Amino acid sequence: MTASPTLKVTIERGPSGAEVFDVPQYDNQTVLDVVSWVQQNVDPTLSYRFACRVGMCGSCAMMVNGVPRWTCRTHISKVLDGNAVTIGPLRNLPVIKDLAVDMDPFFDKWVAAEGIHHGGLTRDDPIAPVDEGSAEREAANAAIECINCSVCYAACDTVAGNPDYLGPAALQRAWTLLNDAKDEGRQTILDAVSGKGGCHNCHSIGSCTAYCPNELDPLAAIAGLKRETAKSFFKRGR
Amino acid sequence: MKAARGINSRAHPLWLAYILHRVSGLGLALFLPLHFWVLAMAMTDPARLDGFLNLTDTGIVKLAEFGLVFLLAVHMFGGLRLMALEWLPWTPSQKTLAACATAASFGVAALFFLKAI
Repeated sequence: MTASPTLKVTIERGPSGAEVFDVPQYDNQTVLDVVSWVQQNVDPTLSYRFACRVGMCGSCAMMVNGVPRWTCRTHISKVLDGNAVTIGPLRNLPVIKDLAVDMDPFFDKWVAAEGIHHGGLTRDDPIAPVDEGSAEREAANAAIECINCSVCYAACDTVAGNPDYLGPAALQRAWTLLNDAKDEGRQTILDAVSGKGGCHNCHSIGSCTAYCPNELDPLAAIAGLKRETAKSFFKRGR
Repeated sequence: MKAARGINSRAHPLWLAYILHRVSGLGLALFLPLHFWVLAMAMTDPARLDGFLNLTDTGIVKLAEFGLVFLLAVHMFGGLRLMALEWLPWTPSQKTLAACATAASFGVAALFFLKAI
């Protein structure tokens, strides 16, 4: 086996500044592998977050060369600038330490956008049928693969400029529930997403859709909310 | 350092369209007061207005007029793009086809117009 080339990995570590690490390069190495190598071989105090390593749990997102990415599914060879890479904590969220950010604002907004189930039935009722072929169900299905990784939230320039803005992920979940035949919170959702920080703050810049690792389309979901809230306003005055 | 402060590669088509729309809008907003000020000279000082209108024969003003028409066109089509994006519940491919059809029609009409004058 030949000596593996070395990567120059810059990791941003909050107030103490950035540190550069020399990391051996391997085939099929992901950005998360690089961060883990540093933590296991050079500095055990390096803080970062991951769980599933297969792109399902949404916990390992970081800024990689200034772009928000799911690091467990991003090959380092795809993002190298020469043999260098800069890895930082997700943008638009408070940094706890090193690469670990506080996800609370992200999930608080998920709830503030009424991205929670509004049931109308009890366990004694029969299960409501769902028409899989209906346009509403297709709109709802479009976004159910969201893994809450916050890549869209970190990519969003509107969130960066307006901390009250609910953000793409929360609004996309609201759009999913609005189209879900089993959810009975229609007016509650419309009220939540049309207020301060709601869908009308969106400038349709589209970074959410451009960077979503699951190739979802929050931009289209937010456009849907804009149409539905406008219709509701003209019909009911709210 | 840079990574956490902002996104480095924003240059995806929608972001470029967004910034073009914003910058052209700002350019037009700066132009309009000047435009109305010059037009108002027709009432207040016609001789000075004629002096201004003579300026339009110079090359630099012709270039500026080209810039102005470019800003207007970019802002108008940017606005139409935004309204289609937000108000038409179409699929992305339907919107692309509609934009292509509009662009082609506009091209044919512009050619016809240029031939006519």
